[in-house]
Amino acid sequence: MAKTIAEINEKIKEGKAVVVTAEEIIDLVERKGLEDVASTVDVITTGTFGPMCSSGAYINLGHSKPRIKINRVLLNGVPAYAGLAAVDIYIGATELAVNDPLNEVFPGEFKYGGGHVIEDLVAGRKVRMEAFSYGTDCYPSKHWEREITLQDVKEAVLFNPRNAYQNYNVAVNRSDRVLYTYMGMLRPELGNANYCSAGQLSPLLNDPYFRTIGIGTRIFLGGGIGYVVWQGTQHNPDVPRTETGAPRLPAGTLAVLGDLKGMDSRWLVGCSFLGYGATLAVGLGIPIPVLDEEVVRCAAVSDADLFAPVVDYSYDYPQGTGKVIGEVSYAQLKSGWIEIEGKKVPTAPLSSYPRAREIAQTLKSLIEQGSFLLTEPVQLLPCPARDKAYQEGGD
Amino acid sequence: MVRRKVVLHFPHEQVDQPIISKLVRDYDIDFNILKAFITPREEGLMVLELSGEEENFAKGVRYLENLGITIQPLSQDVRRDELRCTHCGVCTGICPSEALYLKRDTMEVGFDEEKCVACELCVRVCPPRAMQVHY
Ligand code: SF4
Ligand code: SF4
Repeated sequence: MAKTIAEINEKIKEGKAVVVTAEEIIDLVERKGLEDVASTVDVITTGTFGPMCSSGAYINLGHSKPRIKINRVLLNGVPAYAGLAAVDIYIGATELAVNDPLNEVFPGEFKYGGGHVIEDLVAGRKVRMEAFSYGTDCYPSKHWEREITLQDVKEAVLFNPRNAYQNYNVAVNRSDRVLYTYMGMLRPELGNANYCSAGQLSPLLNDPYFRTIGIGTRIFLGGGIGYVVWQGTQHNPDVPRTETGAPRLPAGTLAVLGDLKGMDSRWLVGCSFLGYGATLAVGLGIPIPVLDEEVVRCAAVSDADLFAPVVDYSYDYPQGTGKVIGEVSYAQLKSGWIEIEGKKVPTAPLSSYPRAREIAQTLKSLIEQGSFLLTEPVQLLPCPARDKAYQEGGD
Repeated sequence: MVRRKVVLHFPHEQVDQPIISKLVRDYDIDFNILKAFITPREEGLMVLELSGEEENFAKGVRYLENLGITIQPLSQDVRRDELRCTHCGVCTGICPSEALYLKRDTMEVGFDEEKCVACELCVRVCPPRAMQVHY
């Protein structure tokens, strides 16, 4: 019953592909069984929308006259990295405005950072650029200042070294003071628990062994088209897994890239975390080709089958002890309460489930309309567990 | 004679004390309860309109503060910028009055302005800053 990506693409072009979201497939498999779904469904779409700190964009500003070799640059007062060729710069999502008071008055507000600059550019707003240099024979200019827009820069490419974390920690606080973290405000004595994953809709939780998502996979990124270009930083597939292969700890990650000029500020939102810093919420969705029954089995997982580790952000996370104080399912997290050490703790998400669902639905309609074709990965991402599970069995 | 709308936050230990009646008796301050809740964290929250003589008013406020009750003026309105809100849900974990809440079936975040006590906690916690104070 195996299908190839080329065959699925033929069906997409003919407008005949059957596409369901990773949420819809759960019910479908329950009603019709794996075999039936594997033969009738062609693509499963996923989505996630949450703060992803390891994001940024490289921009070529176009040359000034006279030319400048930028060695320091500010975008709306936020420094971008200029240690590249003359007018190439990279703006990182968590970079902060030079005059930001940071955590001097704790907890700091971090109102504007690189993520906000990226959002402003994508929204078509003007951004004030100021560049400095020391002057060379070939690049004599020492100062260049002007307003830029996404339209008038030469190239702008979103390039995120780590997105789409496969599973994530549930953050709690066992100390007696309030904590301000990248996981939000955590109340003392297990006062609340924050989690950050789309669970059953999350791309990598639906392809736990990276059997279909690899280098070259075309994806929905920031409202436009992007590609997986490498495994993300901290990609760690060697973790304990459930029966269906879902990692029980944060595991795989993706490095992704796409043309910023084709993106939409609804899907790239500048964010500020009290006491922590600024970042960018990124919308990302990945289609999973139904190559065989095994693809369906892995993608049919529901929130009840996916588990996240509970980590104490008052000690174990900051000190890097690696200690996990509990494990809870995404179904429990979404119910609003979890139990930790015998205590009933209210939960709140950081990742937007409604937006994740919207991404999966958008991708579904794009594929149904024939305007989004799937790609064959050029190379699979590292995953010894996959190689063991599938190759030894002769799959 | 002064008349003011205030938000009182009662610590857990004070929730079942007859504090407001003492205000009336000892300081001759009139009150009108606009909203009152016990939060999930068992703190009390009350929005009151208080009126009384200026001097008594100040004494009454001191009395409340000495009991560990925080008093905030309610001169503002907290609103949500619907276009900016991403329905992430993080505010639902900190909103004391459950004015911000998750609709469990869709996981969308509802905002019930009637329940909001304008504590402004969400204003700084909301990552895209969709919650805003309007004066
Ligand atoms: S924290 Fe802000 S963006 Fe998130 S749901 Fe609440 S109001 Fe909306
Ligand atoms: S100001 Fe915000 S946190 Fe406070 S009660 Fe109103 S909605 Fe809830």
